[in-house]
Formats: sequence, C-alpha cells, structure tokens
Amino acid sequence: MSELKQELKAKIIENLNLEDFSVEDIADNDPLFGDGLGLDSIDALELIVMLDKDYGIKIADPKQGKDIFVSIDTMAKFIEENKK
Amino acid sequence: MNKVLYIKSHCKIKNNELFFNNKSIFKDNESTDLKSFLKSSYKFLNLKYGKFFKMDSLSKLSFLASEIIFQNTKIDTKNIAIVFSNNASSLETDRKHQKSINKIDDYFPSPAIFVYTLPNIGIGEVSIRHQLKSENAFFVFNKYNADFHTVYENSLINSAKADAVLGGWTNVDNDTNYEAFVYLVSKKGTIEHNKKKLNKLYKKL
Repeated sequence: MSELKQELKAKIIENLNLEDFSVEDIADNDPLFGDGLGLDSIDALELIVMLDKDYGIKIADPKQGKDIFVSIDTMAKFIEENKK
Repeated sequence: MNKVLYIKSHCKIKNNELFFNNKSIFKDNESTDLKSFLKSSYKFLNLKYGKFFKMDSLSKLSFLASEIIFQNTKIDTKNIAIVFSNNASSLETDRKHQKSINKIDDYFPSPAIFVYTLPNIGIGEVSIRHQLKSENAFFVFNKYNADFHTVYENSLINSAKADAVLGGWTNVDNDTNYEAFVYLVSKKGTIEHNKKKLNKLYKKL
C-alpha cells in the first residue's frame, strides 16, 4: 500500500503538472481539493482518466469521485479494493 | 471623428528571447525546447501563479507576453479589451489531443489537454489573471494582419467599448516555430497606432 501511495503522488504531480510540489510535500491524508493541493474540476476528470488508464478502474458515476479523491489514503484504498 | 490612438508599449517573444519596447530583457541560452524556455521565462519574470503550469504552450506564450506588458506599463483602467490572432490556431495542442484518441484500444483523451483545443483560451487565462471582464476576440489569419488589427482595435476604443486594447499575434506551431508580438493600445503614448507602425514593429520580430 505504501508503494502505491508513493506511486500515486508521483503520477498526480506528473499528470496534473503540479510543478510547485514534490512527492515529499504531499502527506497521505492531505486534502487533494480545496486547501490541500488545490486541484480543480478538470483535475478531477484527469484523475478519473488516470484510474481507468493506469489501473483499469472505470468510474461510471463521476459523483463517486467526491469520496474517492479525498486524499492519497482514500485513492489508494479504492484502487486496492477495485483494481483488476 | 475618430481619435488618433497610440501604442503605449509592446513586447516580443521569439527564439528563446524576451523583448520589451525593442529592448532584450531576457535571453535563455540553455533551453532546447519551448516548454523549458517558457518555464525559465516564468522564473525570470518572478511569477507565482501555479496555474501557469497547467496551460498549453500557446496560453503560456500569451500569458507571458501579457505579463511583460502589464509589469512594465502604467495603466489606470481594467476596461482593457483583448484582440489576438495567429495562423496555427491551437494546432500544437490539437495534435496532442489527436494522439491520445488515435487508437481505439488506447483511447484516453486527457481533459486537461482537451480544454486547450481552442486558441482563445489563452485570452481567458490573461483575463482571469488580471481580472479583465472586457471585450475579447481571437482571429485566425494566414499571416499577421496589421490592417485588420488597427481597424478593430481603434473601433473598440473609439466606440467606448474599451479604454485600452491588448492586441497582438501569439502563435505556436511547434518547439521552433513560435512567436508573440503583443502591444497595448491606448489614448496616450508616443507611437501612433496604425498599420504602418504595427507592421514595422512586427517585422522587427
């Protein structure tokens, strides 16, 4: 799980062009949206594509994203439970 | 009768170099690609605007050119219209988007890329940055059309739609074929805003 979390942090920085952040800057329970990494709605869509492309997980209902993309912790847990 | 208007300031970006009023202000001898040059220019201008890194190259180029103008020009209005043009539209980003949807078994269009598949998005980025809620338009021409820009920009100010106009040509085709020529038109200045002067300034690019 720890390896997956590190991987997710690196992918988020790379895919969402977060040039001001490094993997070490992101805590596992930091909020991804709002006051945390400050992601926006386009980033949320990009995360949905990332789950599909890199982990084979399709999110049918985008509203699910609200619970999945809370933090690195919640993302990693969801991937562990759903990856194919 | 229409009033004579002026080019208050102007900037150019080409061949890894930034110019303001014909004077070189930054030359990047290290970068070998456009993305790196745009990043080093961002650092040179001492900007703190994380959203910059999410933009496509055309928006970054438009954004930086506008920053150079606004950092170095005293202007006391927010009613500034924006009129940009180019000949590649959003082609560089269109190609990236196309690449992501070429194969049916590897079909993953990126929302972050797709949102930049229009050339006028760069105008939106400049407007957000400077809180401009004014007239704006982006045109696609074969080449820089000083005649059109002169008439359109004069019309915006003379009809009181705007107090000033940020006009110009911001074009990105690929890593080596890019250029920006951006200027501020206002009621005061030293260089008369007309086709001849604009062409002369553009050709120095």
